[in-house]
Amino acid sequence: MSIDIDTARKVAKLARIRVEEDRLPDLARELSGILGFMEQLNEVNVDGVEPMVSVTPMRLKRRADVVTDGNIQDQILKNAPDAREGFFAVPKVVE
Amino acid sequence: MSANSWTIAAARAALRKGDISAVDLTMSCLTAIDAADGLNAFVHKTPDIALDQARAADARIAAGGAPSLCGIPLGIKDLFATKGVPTQAASNILKGFKPEYESTVTTKLFGDGAVMLGKLNMDEFAMGSSNESACYGPVVSPWKVDSRQLTPGGSSGGSAAAVAADLCLAATGTDTGGSIRQPAAFTGIVGIKPTYGRVSRWGIVAFASSLDQAGPMTKSVRDAAIFLGSMAGHDPKDSTSADLAVPDFEAALTGDIRGKKIGIPREYRLDGIPAEIDALWQKGIEMMRDAGAEIVDISLPHTKYALPAYYVVAPAEASSNLARYDGVRYGHRATLAQGDGITEMYEKTRAEGFGAEVQRRVMVGTYVLSAGFYDAYYNRARKVRALIKRDFELAFAAGIDAILTPATPSSAFGLGEMASADPVEMYLNDVFTVTVNLAGLPGVSVPVGLDAKGLPLGLQLIGKPWEEGDLLNHAYVLERAAGFVSKPAKWW
Repeated sequence: MSIDIDTARKVAKLARIRVEEDRLPDLARELSGILGFMEQLNEVNVDGVEPMVSVTPMRLKRRADVVTDGNIQDQILKNAPDAREGFFAVPKVVE
Repeated sequence: MSANSWTIAAARAALRKGDISAVDLTMSCLTAIDAADGLNAFVHKTPDIALDQARAADARIAAGGAPSLCGIPLGIKDLFATKGVPTQAASNILKGFKPEYESTVTTKLFGDGAVMLGKLNMDEFAMGSSNESACYGPVVSPWKVDSRQLTPGGSSGGSAAAVAADLCLAATGTDTGGSIRQPAAFTGIVGIKPTYGRVSRWGIVAFASSLDQAGPMTKSVRDAAIFLGSMAGHDPKDSTSADLAVPDFEAALTGDIRGKKIGIPREYRLDGIPAEIDALWQKGIEMMRDAGAEIVDISLPHTKYALPAYYVVAPAEASSNLARYDGVRYGHRATLAQGDGITEMYEKTRAEGFGAEVQRRVMVGTYVLSAGFYDAYYNRARKVRALIKRDFELAFAAGIDAILTPATPSSAFGLGEMASADPVEMYLNDVFTVTVNLAGLPGVSVPVGLDAKGLPLGLQLIGKPWEEGDLLNHAYVLERAAGFVSKPAKWW
């Protein structure tokens, strides 16, 4: 399946990666090449095969639903590009 | 031979006998590192931490009963979170990030007294096979046979170069599609990817969570056994970590594989593979036979589909894992224009912070997971993955103990030589290794010889789940039979 420029623009938008208009044809071509490589998977008969969900058969562990950590606001905010008054700061979200 | 060129096993013996102190051993590595900036392997040096840890190790060794890794100087791949030390997965998007926590693997290593010399270069977010996608610039292999600079392989290229050039005794690596085994093969060292779940992923920057596994990169099979013993073990903080006892891997190295069945998968004989690779494989088969193993031709019929399945599953998981890099909680945030809202902040930050290959994979992953294509690509790839895993299960159920294959389709290539290649051509580097990640199995790369140019070539052994000890014993036999002792001549 070939990716056109509109699809490339849509994928970039979904991925939240800014791609300039003049880069879109190249991107569309690269994505088409990679997806073309994946087309080989259509040769395989997968009737009745369950998609793999767990690499090694194991039951996920359960744990008590209790707080085991916390009160580390300073540590959590320490690497933020913009932290103010104990919060992460971002551009205005609500008009 | 200066101490930085020792194996872990030799250093352990010398430290215990008092022939050298951990401080002197560490100093010899720090000196070698400072003289090797041209390799671009160590990207964040931590000499103060190293010397503090070495002094503590000396006290612990003097007290007696210290663990095997006590006082052993190691390099740590930039993918492992190290408290207070830059950890940026070789990406500009994590520029300036200093974790407030320590990964489980490094916590375990330091708990055993290991010494951290610094952080090692790698492909950005571990996506690559040549270590050319790093924000720090490429790693240069210590191996050199002409005027060209060669790749050490990737993604653990800094780890491979540092071990091969004797800048450290051993290094941590991670392997999602071959990122430990391919660079190990390119640089003439040993690298093992353990069974999925053997080593905790907690605190390791995630690429593709169902494929990622950390492991040791070392100068010998024995060192890999010692190192893996310290890294491995159950961790409640990683829900996929296996609650299994860690056996004594070193004790498994008996050198006896008589009566073992070694599978030779016919699907790994690819068209267009250099005759040297095939000849090396034949040599390896003879070595295993001479050691008393039985050689059995086997079929892993879905091998051909491993690469395309991988290049659906890995980008899909990456697109999800890398969604967290949004310029809010850590790392880089783009400078915004007047009127830019939060969406522009995300888009500009990710465009500036991610390199070309990472952007490409995130977008491929986004596409294969998007509405309307999920079944056609992602679910189909997961079904093919189940078939690839079943191929191995059937082989092991038929009595095969280990599988022998080439590690890479060629020896190391020159930096920049793949620059104009299609992304898919670069992906072919993983053709022999990627099946192992899809099936969650342990795989080890062992240096076996040099090609006509004088560059290292490795073979891969694939083992049964949780049988790393038995796998390493096979590797030990191969290592002894091959007698690979070549080292890169120092030019840097």
